[in-house]
Amino acid sequence: MSKMQQILTYLKNYDSKPVKLMEVCGTHTSAIAKSGIRSLLSPKIQLCSGPGCPVCVTPKAYIDKLCEYAEAPDTVVATFGDMIRVPGSQLSLAEVKARGGKIEIFYSPFEMIQKAIDHKEITYIIAAVGFETTTPLYALMIDQLIERGITNIKFLTALKGMIPILEVLCTSEHTLDGFIAPGHVSAIIGSDAYSLLASHFHKPFAVAGFSPEEVILSIYDLIKQIECDKHEVHNLYPEVVKPLGNLKAQRLIEKYFKTAHTHWRGIGEVEGSGLYLRAEYKNFDADSQLSISEEKVPLDCKCQEVIRGRIQSSECKLFGTSCTPEHPVGPCMISGEGACGIWFREGGKAC
Amino acid sequence: MCLAIVGHIQSIQGSKAKVNYNGNILQAELGIVEAKEGDYILIHAGCAIEVLTKAKALELEDLFKELQEAFNE
Amino acid sequence: MLIRMAHGSGGKETSTLIQQIFAKHFHNPILNEMEDAAVLSVKGKIAFTTDSFVVTPLFFRGGDIGRLAICGTVNDLLMQGAIPKYLTAAFIIEEGMPLKDLEKIAVSMSEAAKEAGVMIVAGDTKVIEGNGGIYINTSGIGEIDDNLIMSAKNCSVGDIVILSGTLGDHHACILSHRMGIENTISSDATPLNEPVLALIKAGIKVKAMRDVTRGGLGTVLNEMAEASHKKITLDEQSLPVGEEVRGLCDILGLDPLYMGNEGKFIAVIEQSDKEKALKLFHTTEIGKRAAIIGEVSEGEGVTLVTTLGGSRHIDVLYGEGLPRIC
Repeated sequence: MSKMQQILTYLKNYDSKPVKLMEVCGTHTSAIAKSGIRSLLSPKIQLCSGPGCPVCVTPKAYIDKLCEYAEAPDTVVATFGDMIRVPGSQLSLAEVKARGGKIEIFYSPFEMIQKAIDHKEITYIIAAVGFETTTPLYALMIDQLIERGITNIKFLTALKGMIPILEVLCTSEHTLDGFIAPGHVSAIIGSDAYSLLASHFHKPFAVAGFSPEEVILSIYDLIKQIECDKHEVHNLYPEVVKPLGNLKAQRLIEKYFKTAHTHWRGIGEVEGSGLYLRAEYKNFDADSQLSISEEKVPLDCKCQEVIRGRIQSSECKLFGTSCTPEHPVGPCMISGEGACGIWFREGGKAC
Repeated sequence: MCLAIVGHIQSIQGSKAKVNYNGNILQAELGIVEAKEGDYILIHAGCAIEVLTKAKALELEDLFKELQEAFNE
Repeated sequence: MLIRMAHGSGGKETSTLIQQIFAKHFHNPILNEMEDAAVLSVKGKIAFTTDSFVVTPLFFRGGDIGRLAICGTVNDLLMQGAIPKYLTAAFIIEEGMPLKDLEKIAVSMSEAAKEAGVMIVAGDTKVIEGNGGIYINTSGIGEIDDNLIMSAKNCSVGDIVILSGTLGDHHACILSHRMGIENTISSDATPLNEPVLALIKAGIKVKAMRDVTRGGLGTVLNEMAEASHKKITLDEQSLPVGEEVRGLCDILGLDPLYMGNEGKFIAVIEQSDKEKALKLFHTTEIGKRAAIIGEVSEGEGVTLVTTLGGSRHIDVLYGEGLPRIC
């Protein structure tokens, strides 16, 4: 039997105390679903999704602001594809586009630099959403905008940090036994970033890549750590993740952004978890520090429980009935990496 | 949250690289890494975010070994 | 020279356009009559279908909107087991379109029609305001042998599913153009006469066929499973996907299961004929990468057995399949 087969057999037959692991990152949720990993695990190993889906945790007020910009004169909103179907309080960007709003979708935000040069009369508002994997891109863009004297690009930021939200989860979610840490966020922040959380809260972390085999290995590592009563950070993605991360990227983020509290849809305000442009770079900011009043959660929508790992999507009353990909109620159903959308498309089956 | 692929740098022009990923040639910004021609880089949304320290293919074998050592198996 | 509103007026400019572009390249004894309707002789049962084409860019590696317009309708007829015979072609052209582009499209349609063995027997041309775009509708008639019944309702437990070739080529080709990603991916727009008619001629017990267009294999198989009230189980390892297409999907975060083709189909075939059928596919140019990808069983829906041995439910495509970061 190959090593991988041995590990799969072990995980299928695991019969010790029940274990609940969180895959923090939406890309991991997607990878797990695509390779059918849940069907390969013992029922005593439960995987739950976390808040690492930036679209899912972006407040409605942010979408509303983007919609406003899209209908403003001489303004174009530019965004990654997965933002456009998320509803704000009234409309989504897709609906605004359908009624004439100016919205462009990019693969890379850098595509907008040439567009800004070619159309100096237009102000481009970049929907700058993401975690630490994406934040350095916006910082690098600002470097280039300053160097080239480009003034018609602004960023409406909804940038968030992993460590503060993990701290919230470690503090409040006592049923979580371990974390599959996001591989590409970790490439930026480094595997050492989780050390304090691991030692303070006695929870193991496995920094994982995204292939089916790498995810399986990370689950195996966490189970073994729990069995041995270890709570260490194991870097299982060493060719990409260094202990201290990408220092150049971190310096660039530090140059342009400052941390502040920010609002996570479904969770609320989290201290020091947001990144906003420093005052001296305000001319690149599209008024990002929105005042978010208490967001009305749709009746019976349980997205906030899902992203904390408290319940599986199928335990939400609305799941599959009034909340489906065709008519979503909460953000977890809409985003390509929202737990509920993935759960629904994978047939709503638990492990 | 972190869709990224590992591409092979074919050539560098200024701060941008022409990268090959399974026959697809795309451009990547190099502003947050130190990379040279021939390097393998992790690319997220058109920007290199890390240079790989070794070829991916070897990685799983090394991981098995590390896990074995970590848990004395 | 550009198309102007006058070209759609029904007057002199219209008839000149029709003569110089459409009649010139589509000529056949029926069309040449230039009556208000084509008078046709058909034998027995006929299949009748229609499709409209709005793709941009208009020209891409491996084809153009004209080629798509012929292949799309021809292939729908073939999927019903019909031998395609006659097509109509209606054009809605935005003013500003270069005449030479229109002619290129007409030439392409003429060539595709010859490959498919069909005649374009009637047409229409309208011109509207706009930016030089074009939209094409084709309708088609094909003749079906009386004894041939192609229907998803005939699928039975134990039947196998053959996919005629690699997934997602057309969709990947269009996306590559739009995203400025260089590769050699070519649209697979092609008439499927060769493999389909070979299967029928050889008496292979084909229960149903569907071409894998918009929505991709995942969507098509769900339609098949629902219509047949059966379950279809797929084997991920056997799915043929070109290396560059897979690469593009990785870059953009897309799934080949939901990428469209314009020259691939699935055939549900009785288990006893599976080897013979696969061999037949492999003798054709179009079907050289054909593979047995799954099996029909009791139950419902579509399940994929992943390369890791896991089990994944496959639903229809939701949304547009836009590129994403996450």
